[in-house]
Amino acid sequence: MVANPFASLLEHGDPATAAGYVDHPPRMGFFTDTSVCIGCKACEVACKEWNHVPEGGLQFTGMSYDNTVGLGADTWRHVAFIEQRKRVGQQVTGAAADGAAPAESGIRWLMASDVCKHCTHAACLDVCPTGALFRTEFGTVVVQEDVCNGCGYCIPACPYGVIDQRHGDGRAWKCTLCYDRLGVGAEPACAKACPTDSIQFGTLEELHLRADRRLAQLHGAGVSDARLYGRDPDDGVGGDGAFFLLLDEPEVYGLPPDPIVTTRDLPAMWRRVATAAALVAGTVAVSFTRKAP
Amino acid sequence: MNETDVTKDGQRHVRPGREATTGVHTGPGVEHVPSAARPARGRGEQAMVPAAEFGSYYGKPIINQPVWESPDIPGYLFLGGLAGSSAVIAAGAQVTGRRGLARVAKVGAAASAALSTVALVHDLGRRGRFLNMLRTFKPTSPMSVGSWILASFGPAAAVAAGSDLTGVAPGIGAAATVGAAVLGPPLATYTAALISDTAVPAWHDAHRDMPFVFAASAVTSAAGLGMLGAPVEERGPVRLLGALGGAAELATERLMEARMGLAREAFDEGRAARYHKGAQALLVAGTLSSLTARRSRFLGAVAGASLLAGSALTRFAIFEAGLASAKDPRYTVVPQRARLEARRTRPSEGPRSNGDHPAAPPTGTE
Ligand code: SF4
Ligand code: SF4
Repeated sequence: MVANPFASLLEHGDPATAAGYVDHPPRMGFFTDTSVCIGCKACEVACKEWNHVPEGGLQFTGMSYDNTVGLGADTWRHVAFIEQRKRVGQQVTGAAADGAAPAESGIRWLMASDVCKHCTHAACLDVCPTGALFRTEFGTVVVQEDVCNGCGYCIPACPYGVIDQRHGDGRAWKCTLCYDRLGVGAEPACAKACPTDSIQFGTLEELHLRADRRLAQLHGAGVSDARLYGRDPDDGVGGDGAFFLLLDEPEVYGLPPDPIVTTRDLPAMWRRVATAAALVAGTVAVSFTRKAP
Repeated sequence: MNETDVTKDGQRHVRPGREATTGVHTGPGVEHVPSAARPARGRGEQAMVPAAEFGSYYGKPIINQPVWESPDIPGYLFLGGLAGSSAVIAAGAQVTGRRGLARVAKVGAAASAALSTVALVHDLGRRGRFLNMLRTFKPTSPMSVGSWILASFGPAAAVAAGSDLTGVAPGIGAAATVGAAVLGPPLATYTAALISDTAVPAWHDAHRDMPFVFAASAVTSAAGLGMLGAPVEERGPVRLLGALGGAAELATERLMEARMGLAREAFDEGRAARYHKGAQALLVAGTLSSLTARRSRFLGAVAGASLLAGSALTRFAIFEAGLASAKDPRYTVVPQRARLEARRTRPSEGPRSNGDHPAAPPTGTE
């Protein structure tokens, strides 16, 4: 608990410290480097297995190789699969017969494993009225399923469309960054299962260094599309605990291009709510002292 | 091409693993041509997703859809406003000796507070855990603040109404009337923060004006109820309030839309548009008839009913516009992209400037 809930987190502060932890472990997170993702969905499966996430309905979407569509109560890792008429850097896409120059299909595949961002300023956590959502000592954001009453407030509050209500259960669910595994020093199931190291787990500090190095490497190799998403501690959510290297604009992957934590505007809203309340009282008072026309 | 790099002598190429420079030409037998120098072929750089002026992932929404349902939640917004404003009217009527109006307002406040609690609990995914709302107090959560307001307002309004109806303990009844009147205005307006404090474009973008729309709408509905129920000779104040509230609701709603940006378009489609048109017509009718319904019991009832219904439809229209704006990624992507571009072209303004918002970022308290 902090005295002033609206001004507790310093500009680049650590969310666990801001939440009142003293002597806590370093902030842990994910760096998802989508440039090496092969779209195998091992992360989706590993997450379901470890966290007992039920199936979310079996359907054929026709959306390329993606039938899980997006993050939700029953999908905590989601592998986006994008087909574009675009070349990947200077790579030649398309099949080639021996010796011959390959036929240029001009199609590229982008694959990206999406997950809860474990925001520095997490709207879901801010708006949760029961305290079911809380900040862990690792700086991650977790729902306590024995407290959540399914009010559903966190769901439209999340600027990324991560957390959702589980049908037939009523409560809100999302990625916990494998809180149970972190507690015993193990890495999250998805990162463990990823065969290409597209999902990298570690202290956020170390991941930032790795990501910056990787971005420089790709830019040096001429992959000018490469960019980091959620890496900037000055962005609208104070930076993500789980951030990404993308090869196109964020919205192409279903990510908001410039998310802002909604509670940033809440102090302004409360001021206006107070003014409006005073107007209600004042107008009614006046109406009892005036004669109606 | 049926070759493998894994041979009896080991692997032929050293695999770069996570250092792989995807996108860089590495294959054998193809001359290196920078992509910019290649002639454009086929359809060029065109996404497979349906052509649109903004990028999206197969047209899927960016944010998850609110699970709040109609009529529970729009009904809750309406009833909270009705209850809160009625409690203030009850106190005014009590002080000025309008017994009939006081009774209608007190009973209205208590009944709508009770109904709104039912709507709120009904909408929970786990109804048995509704008391968890009072497990903690969080100013960063309008729902937490609202739960505490409702939890104190409800009993006060019930005691005030009970005492008025039965004549038992008039002293306690008067105190409860005052208590409910103090808690009423915040109950009527906090719901604006409740829905604006989300990532739903049509709700969040309206956060500056929503509290005033809700305040006006709350006054309109409570005045409408007073006009329906109070004796003709005690209707003066609520007639004035009805006209004031109705006009203010029309004006503030218009102002809110004018200042909204792209999300305003969500009010022009489907259910939101129908509710919106209905609300405007009813509010105009209600405002005019409250001004003219000086002696006519019938005209007063028509005015009261129009104002009540108009106020309710305003809440339903805003609720539905929010749902529509959450469903279409356009409302999320286009303004955010414009914001990014604006920042890119005017980097001197610092990383973020967003109108009248304070620099200190809020955070969770737990
Ligand atoms: S991404 Fe959404 S669900 Fe995850 S911490 Fe941020 S606001 Fe909460
Ligand atoms: S649904 Fe559960 S986790 Fe989400 S805000 Fe409500 S109580 Fe908190």
